[in-house]
Amino acid sequence: MALEPSDVMRAAHLARLAMNDVDAAGYVDDLGRILAMVDQLQEVDTHGVAPLAHPLDSTQRLRADEVTERDQRDHFQRVAPAVENGLYLVPRVVE
Amino acid sequence: MHDQTLTQLARALADGEVSSRELTQTLLGRIERLDGRLNSFISITHEQALAAADAADALRAKGQAGPLTGLPLALKDIFCTDGVKTSCGSKMLDNFIAPYDACVVEKLKSAGTVSLGKTNMDEFAMGSSNENSHYGPVRNPWDLDAVPGGSSGGSAAAVAAGLVPAAMGTDTGGSIRQPAAFCGITGLKPTYGRVSRYGIIAYASSLDQAGPMARTAEDCALLLGAIAGHDLRDSTSVARGVPDYRAELGESLSGLKIGLPREYFGDGLAPEVEQAVREAIKVYESLGASVHEVSLPHTHYAIPAYYVIAPAEASSNLSRFDGVRFGHRCDAPSDLIDLYKRSRDEGFGSEVKRRILIGTHTLSEGFFDAYYTQAQKVRRLIRQDFLDAFEEVDVLMGPASPTPAFDLGANKDPVSMYLQDIYTIAVNLAGIPGISVPAGFVGSRPVGLQILGPHFAESQLLNVAHQFQQATDWHQRRPALAEESA
Amino acid sequence: MMQWETVIGLEVHVQLATKSKIFSGASTAFGAEPNSQACAVDLGLPGVLPVLNEQAVAMAVKFGLGINAEIPEVSVFDRKNYFYPDLPKGYQTSQMYHPIVGAGEVEISLDDGATKRIRVHHAHLEEDAGKSLHEDFHGMTGIDLNRAGTPLLEIVSEPDMRSAKEAAAYLKAIHAIVTYLGISDGNMAEGSMRCDVNVSVRPKGQEAFGTRAEIKNVNSFRFVERAIAFEVERQIELLEDGGTVVQETRLYDPEADETRSMRTKEEANDYRYFPCPDLLPVVLDRAYVDHLRSTLPELPAEKRARFESQLGLSAYDASVLASSRAMAEYFEVVKDTCGDAKHAANWVMGELSGALNRENLAIEQSPVAAEQLGGLVARVLDDTINGKAAKQVFQALWNGEGGGEANAADAIIEAKGLKQVTDSGAIEAMIDQVIADSPVQVAQYRDAEPDKRGKMIGYFVGQVMKASRGTANPQQVNALLKEKLDQA
Repeated sequence: MALEPSDVMRAAHLARLAMNDVDAAGYVDDLGRILAMVDQLQEVDTHGVAPLAHPLDSTQRLRADEVTERDQRDHFQRVAPAVENGLYLVPRVVE
Repeated sequence: MHDQTLTQLARALADGEVSSRELTQTLLGRIERLDGRLNSFISITHEQALAAADAADALRAKGQAGPLTGLPLALKDIFCTDGVKTSCGSKMLDNFIAPYDACVVEKLKSAGTVSLGKTNMDEFAMGSSNENSHYGPVRNPWDLDAVPGGSSGGSAAAVAAGLVPAAMGTDTGGSIRQPAAFCGITGLKPTYGRVSRYGIIAYASSLDQAGPMARTAEDCALLLGAIAGHDLRDSTSVARGVPDYRAELGESLSGLKIGLPREYFGDGLAPEVEQAVREAIKVYESLGASVHEVSLPHTHYAIPAYYVIAPAEASSNLSRFDGVRFGHRCDAPSDLIDLYKRSRDEGFGSEVKRRILIGTHTLSEGFFDAYYTQAQKVRRLIRQDFLDAFEEVDVLMGPASPTPAFDLGANKDPVSMYLQDIYTIAVNLAGIPGISVPAGFVGSRPVGLQILGPHFAESQLLNVAHQFQQATDWHQRRPALAEESA
Repeated sequence: MMQWETVIGLEVHVQLATKSKIFSGASTAFGAEPNSQACAVDLGLPGVLPVLNEQAVAMAVKFGLGINAEIPEVSVFDRKNYFYPDLPKGYQTSQMYHPIVGAGEVEISLDDGATKRIRVHHAHLEEDAGKSLHEDFHGMTGIDLNRAGTPLLEIVSEPDMRSAKEAAAYLKAIHAIVTYLGISDGNMAEGSMRCDVNVSVRPKGQEAFGTRAEIKNVNSFRFVERAIAFEVERQIELLEDGGTVVQETRLYDPEADETRSMRTKEEANDYRYFPCPDLLPVVLDRAYVDHLRSTLPELPAEKRARFESQLGLSAYDASVLASSRAMAEYFEVVKDTCGDAKHAANWVMGELSGALNRENLAIEQSPVAAEQLGGLVARVLDDTINGKAAKQVFQALWNGEGGGEANAADAIIEAKGLKQVTDSGAIEAMIDQVIADSPVQVAQYRDAEPDKRGKMIGYFVGQVMKASRGTANPQQVNALLKEKLDQA
């Protein structure tokens, strides 16, 4: 599956990475070769094979519905770039 | 003092030959003196270390010391450490003081160990050479022109140089075993789920696993016992008792069936590495083991499968680094999209961005089935290869890496760098444990023997490695740099 | 003129009434200080991991059982990837491919008492996002992540509804089911239940669906009806003018009573769903599901059927009384206390509902307890008081008189002397007095043709009731009067 610069630009936008055309051209080359390597997967006959998401065949453990956390807002917000009145600040979101 | 194993230091502490404070001060001095040339540490937690050492000595004075009380070590900078910068080797987290301890850190603290600092690593654990760190590359103590391997390169170099007797690493595709091999130390990647991932900054969640890096298998056994176990905060952690790994180190290897995967001795394997590995296997034969050729037919597809699954998970795991709640935020964002795009562009290095882009692309509409679903199917086949092999043999052996440590800057091309991990990556896809032990040299650069076992066979792996270390002295060799006096 | 048919499907998001979040131990209580209930997991701090809340699973399964849905043995959590400030991890943990609840159906009742079945495609568990606050931050937006991680059950219907009224009835039916089951407080004002509405129109008789618009985040029964009404009209107008409907997301603005396109520069999103590697498959064994089944209360549809078949109520009465768990429970207490379902229904739907509506109160807030109302109805049924007095007693109960006990009605009857006079001697004495005081009317009555007398007797009854201050038994008064007036 060949990679186009537009694929890179699209992925960069979805992943919220700033990317100009010059960067994109460099990535097309790198990513194209990585994908060519990855494309070898298509050679494998996986007919009737179930996908494996986790290396162990275990199942989800459930947690009791209990409140175990206390308010640590000030502690957690010490590492935040911008807060005011307990809220995280971001540039205005237009809805 | 600096060239002793953890086990020896534990005895010295217990016998009162040395205090934890003395030990800590000695090693902090060595770090100060030698690490300028290695760059193996990102942060040195001088004050916290001395406080912990004093607490350990006080505990010992009260007769309440445990087997690890007062032992110094280092943590890969991927483990969240309360009140300490936890950068994950990234500019993105250069300003991040972790507000909590990872489960592994909690366990090590409560066992009384003394962390001297946080070790350098490839950014977000993405790399095989430690050249992808925001804090600069780490150099191999055996040869300063060589890489230490990655991504736990700082941990491996620090142990090899005698800056710490042991360090914690993480392994997603070989990131403990390959640097251990390159630096001539012993590194264990446990079974997926054996050690809690809580508080380890995630790279690829279904592959990541933490483990010990030390001079000997015996030291790894000591540390694994301290960090393994079920953690209710990690859904993928396994509820299964933790054996006393050191208690099982005396088993004879007579009758042990060793499998040599045909695919691990093929094209691309450096002849000197192959020779060292075959010599090591002869040692095993002399210890009573038998050798059998086996096949892991899907080995060739492990790297392609890994470079779909790991970047896909990473692309999602790294979305939380958005400049809003923690981490790097760009200056004066003009709007929300600008905040996201510039913060992430500035905060992430090029290999991280490459993998985020690959993962984003392969998960997108129209590509998902051909890449992701197919990779997961291949993953099952790869795991089955190992399960089949372990029907025939007890352990598998082979090289940890096709070459010894390569020169800094030698692998500019990402794909050729990825191919370095050919012998380690399948292990993570299958979730089985693996250990790398020193098994010789190519010139000045160490060679690692990799030993693999079935899920949860850590005791056996550690014993197999330990018996080798009883019969050989590769693990006792020290680089010249480590022996330099002040 | 072309005839149009409306096609509606709903995605209803129900906040589950767990104490803690779906993947963390932080509280879900509403109204706390911003970010005081956002723990490390909710904030998506580096290194944290999710662990699934057992009650969120149990509640989702109960809902599935309540709509007769299949409950698959295995369900899987996926990540839905997109960036938004109220979504801390950059992905929402949801269930795309293997939801916890499979296909089921919900019975809705329409105004005419008829019922219709609406198919539910599936329901899945997911985590709620935080909230963005746009005011007072000098041009910035403030993010509160207290709500982030609150468990949501998203219930996705088939496009089976054909009118705004049906859509509202479906939403009410879902509301009734989740509140009956106790899996949500159903508080729409606090956002415990929100819905996205998919609306399209097509020429009557055409099989293919028209292009649909999705109206996001509608949060009241009334708004659902109005948003759909507006949207249907907009689409029909557009099509009749030769235009086409664009598939898009729209917002309903209750102030302007219109839907508006959410015009964003963004291209269509690509959510890149994939199984969440931090969570393992959820496996539900049969015994667990059967156990949950055994704990289910009687649900609205079953209740409605029982009210009709066993209690003999009309379809309309049964559906009104079964519409909410609180209403049904109230009614059943009244019925059990007084022993008569029809009278109980009349009082609950008549006097009580009227008073509640006037004061804008929910039945849970009724100042008259169900036992008290039942006690009152019982006194009517056993002829202790007549209908007029009963209304007086009800008003007194409403005002909190009677001491607040279950038997408050009796206390009020006693205190106000409202007991019916059934002693015929006393009534006769009053009648004799009235006859003696009304010679003109008596003469008119007696001169009248027998078939006219029925109307004329009303005057005398009124006088006697007045004399008894309303306590005389009207039937008895009527009979005795007839007897005495017809004597001569």
